Amino acid sequence: MNRFVLADCTSVDAALSQLHDGAVVKAGGVDLLDRMKDGIEEPPKLVNIRNIAELRGIHETDHGLTIGPLATLAEISEHPAIRSQYQILSDACGHAATPHIRNMATVGGNLLQRIQCWYYRSADFQCLRKGKDFCFAFGGLNQYHAIMDYGSCPAVAPSSAAVALLGLNSSVELTSAKRGKRTVGIRELYVVPDANPTKFTVIEPDELLTAIVVPRPTPGTRSAYQKYGEKESFDWAIADAGVVLEMDGNVCRRAVITMGAASPVVRRSAQAEAALAGQPITEETARAAGRASVEGALPLSMNAYKVDLFPVAVYRTILLAAGQRDRDPSAAG
Amino acid sequence: MASHLNVDTPGEELIPEQAAAPPKKSVQMPVGVPDYTLTSETRQVPASEPPVWPINKDLKCVGQSTERYDGAAKVTGRARYTSDVQLPGMLYAKFVDASIPHGKVVSIDTSAAEKYPGVRSVHVIQQVLGPAVLRDPKLEQVKYPVVRFAGQPVAAVAAVTPDAAEEAAKLVKVRYDAMPFVVDIDKARASDAPQVFPGPADEAGSAGGGGGPSDVPQTGNVHGPSVHRVGQVEQGFKEADVVVEGHYITQVQTHSALETHGVVADWKPEMLTVWASTQGTASVREELAGFFHIPLTQVRVITEFMGGGFGAKFGAGNPGVVAAALSRKAGAPVRLMLDREEEHLSVGNRPSSDQRLRIGAKQDGTITAIQLISYGTAGCGTGAGCSGPAANLYKSASLHTEENDVFINAGPATAMRAPGHPQGAFALEQTMDELAVKLNMDPIDLRDKTDPHPVRRVERQIVRGSDLWKSRNPTAAASPGPVKRGVGLAQSVWYRFVSMGSAAEVRVHRDGSLEVISAVQDIGSGIKTVMAQILAEQFGVPPAQVAVKIGDTNYPEGPNSGGSVTTLSLTPAVRDAAWQASQKFLADIAPALGASPGDLVLVDGEVRSQSGKMQPLSFRRAAAKMSSAQITAQAKRVPDYAPHKYLTYGGVDVAEVEVDTEVGRIRVTRVLSVHDCGRPMNPTQVISQINGGITQGMSYTLFENRLLDPEYGLMVNPDLEQYKIAGAREIPDIDVRLVEAYLGQSSTDASGIGEAAGVVSIGAAIGNAVYNAIGVRIRQTPMTPAVVLAALRTAAQRREIA
Repeated sequence: MNRFVLADCTSVDAALSQLHDGAVVKAGGVDLLDRMKDGIEEPPKLVNIRNIAELRGIHETDHGLTIGPLATLAEISEHPAIRSQYQILSDACGHAATPHIRNMATVGGNLLQRIQCWYYRSADFQCLRKGKDFCFAFGGLNQYHAIMDYGSCPAVAPSSAAVALLGLNSSVELTSAKRGKRTVGIRELYVVPDANPTKFTVIEPDELLTAIVVPRPTPGTRSAYQKYGEKESFDWAIADAGVVLEMDGNVCRRAVITMGAASPVVRRSAQAEAALAGQPITEETARAAGRASVEGALPLSMNAYKVDLFPVAVYRTILLAAGQRDRDPSAAG
Repeated sequence: MASHLNVDTPGEELIPEQAAAPPKKSVQMPVGVPDYTLTSETRQVPASEPPVWPINKDLKCVGQSTERYDGAAKVTGRARYTSDVQLPGMLYAKFVDASIPHGKVVSIDTSAAEKYPGVRSVHVIQQVLGPAVLRDPKLEQVKYPVVRFAGQPVAAVAAVTPDAAEEAAKLVKVRYDAMPFVVDIDKARASDAPQVFPGPADEAGSAGGGGGPSDVPQTGNVHGPSVHRVGQVEQGFKEADVVVEGHYITQVQTHSALETHGVVADWKPEMLTVWASTQGTASVREELAGFFHIPLTQVRVITEFMGGGFGAKFGAGNPGVVAAALSRKAGAPVRLMLDREEEHLSVGNRPSSDQRLRIGAKQDGTITAIQLISYGTAGCGTGAGCSGPAANLYKSASLHTEENDVFINAGPATAMRAPGHPQGAFALEQTMDELAVKLNMDPIDLRDKTDPHPVRRVERQIVRGSDLWKSRNPTAAASPGPVKRGVGLAQSVWYRFVSMGSAAEVRVHRDGSLEVISAVQDIGSGIKTVMAQILAEQFGVPPAQVAVKIGDTNYPEGPNSGGSVTTLSLTPAVRDAAWQASQKFLADIAPALGASPGDLVLVDGEVRSQSGKMQPLSFRRAAAKMSSAQITAQAKRVPDYAPHKYLTYGGVDVAEVEVDTEVGRIRVTRVLSVHDCGRPMNPTQVISQINGGITQGMSYTLFENRLLDPEYGLMVNPDLEQYKIAGAREIPDIDVRLVEAYLGQSSTDASGIGEAAGVVSIGAAIGNAVYNAIGVRIRQTPMTPAVVLAALRTAAQRREIA
């Protein structure tokens, strides 16, 4: 790991004043320190925001929730209001990584962690996402890689929280000292590789993620998230699904279906959503939506099985959200 | 261990020394399984041997589940492992590892590293330990060792801080002349594949086994075949009513012990002292003395606590000799612990296998022929043979095995927990299951027909009566719905090896304290506890009153812990020394007590007179009457009483699985593990080893995989995140039924358990359970969702065609 300056800040203003000349933000440090130890990033300065009290906490407002980016995954997953009204979010935060990581990892850090790809994560491979012009995954080992929307880089989106927050139509508040605040939707937060391979999010170097805003679901909304891995303890998703159903009796007025480990940035499946809209939720309609979720999938040399997995993840999570099925023992964590 | 084990003649190194025959006495010993087959057999044993112990239920301390001797030290962090050793002025070393998979080293420029602040010594490696060695070294005229795998150590740096060592290591400039490479076993077998070696090369085994045969041909990268024939398989297949065959593929597994390989070496003119994370203090000392041409008396190796070893930690290895060289050059102690990536890449693994297995049988289950053709890669080493189970588990009229090692540009294999056996049993025991299906026989009935081992027979009887086995639906794929339940079983086999280099000394002190010392190391299985139990049994005191001092080559020689030899080799020496010391003690104090030595016994913390002539006296007060400060006795392992009998042990493992056929996920929910290991000295510790063997074997079967990028020859998952190991949530309920199986072999009659402990058979048990669940056989590991879904899809397509 490289030598760096650690700037310990206790206010947002102090942190913002430090964000220049290549300084990067450190919250829980879970992903950033891994990248530094793996030698793929060498920032000269870390701005530690871990001790900024104003960035903590989960607040219920008239319009929904405002979550401080330093709220830990464990805090979110255990929050009574989130457990009862935003189940997709407590599911996602409660099943990421391991209990000890969930106690340390912040939701802001979870949203901003970098893509999962062993070539990207190894200093031995200088790839497209590190500013070079080659992707090793297409011709290499790609069993865990993307099956959809990947363009020039099939790494997968790693954040479970993003799958849930996209499902809930959430946004993040970004703050800079010079330009003040702006609000960006979860999907718009991420930059697809074809737009700019070395820019992972729209956050500018002098900006700090200062809040996550989650609108209150309409009455009758039911939601769920499930993640499937090769094993339960400490594994990444090979398929996952977020489901938000706005119900009218047993008829689904509107559905939001989100997927993480299918593509380089978190995605909504318009096809799956269309398959459910106006339909009663049954195993049949849920399976149809599952099949629709992988329409247009283009698997790589080693990951065709993921095209089989996502429909299952989607249909089982729809049934879980609708209260027609228990949490799936085959889902990880 | 070689995979062909002619179990009638133990390995060469392990043959008892032929000394002048000592006077013998005739004794009756318990033999067999209590409640099933217990009987007694006569043994002629040296007259100096202690009285025969009864079976465990009649002993006070041995055979009982005694608390682990150093359990509190371990769980409180007081235990000092090699990685915890801190010496004054100690330097930190870091390897410079090869960045390419194959090539000649043209030059190594260490000047910038040497000038880096804090650097005290830099060492360029002239000889790499581990890989196979060319039979004709003249084929390669090079200045530096040829790089045959990415991660091969090239040089090393020692500095005052770990950071400085790491930074300086980056400054060592290595220029390579890159050569074509191959990391895929199938591509390596092709006639036009890049050659890993320019001619035949062999890897010798370590004290823990591994390595391959050196008397075989080599064609390109294919080292072999090593051929073994018993009878005529052609005839055997002709006589068979049914023939089953399968193609089985298993992956490379890395050792992934919690504590990586490493040493702290302190080179002083009069003595080289090395703290090592090792399975053999003796093996480390021998290699260091040999490498540096210094007498054994000038090398001391210490292993106070050991953070895990599964066969890869014998000898000094590259970390040991490099740390010693750096220490000599710097004049200061040097700590060299590998990081996790180096641990995956450079210090050994379980070879892969590609097996084609055929079994022919009569309608009644009698096996007429077994044929196994195997290929496997041990990287740039050898030792991928896996015919042990096929050759040793069942009675067959004929046998034909051909084993081949295939060289690739990857780190050399080492022995790993039951070398060759998990791979071999994965194929053999699934093929046996398939045979049972084809013969419409119960899998236990089939094994009763073909496996005459008396203990295995008892174990199968226990399995047959178990709730888990009774809950098995003999019809495959019978559960409704997408999640299907299945139960399957498989057997394991391991062999009785005795390390005659096993000695112990027992000391009785005048204050009533007792100690036992030996150079043996405790690799985690609990030999310290067992040594304390033996003294406690012999002296009639609580085990906590015994001090156990081990893990130091200054002590009487101990066995290297590989091949499941530790407990069975060392404990008779400990008991003999304890017995002799107790007899000397009683003889010494008898005059002061006005008693005859023969009348005195040591029971319940007291010295008692059998005739009642004397009031009982506490052990402590009796010790105060010793005529000298200390009474000692040292004993060495006496050869097995019946060296040609009872040479294998093993067990029967049953797995229950749930297979989610839509997501391809296998969950192992319950395991029943019925195992024998002679006299269990401490049942809790034996069960603990079996729990570990089941866990490690299940992890291998379902998750672990060393992944090498075929285009670049680099491992893409050299960590514990993408190299997937079972975690807490994957562990099934494991029910271990320990079978006491007395053999009448030594004064303790202990056997080993490390390798037979479930790791051999659990993979096949899972495979058979999966077949029982879904009616499709998975012949490949790890059985990931991708593999399971592909197998289900292929089976469905076959059904459509049919």
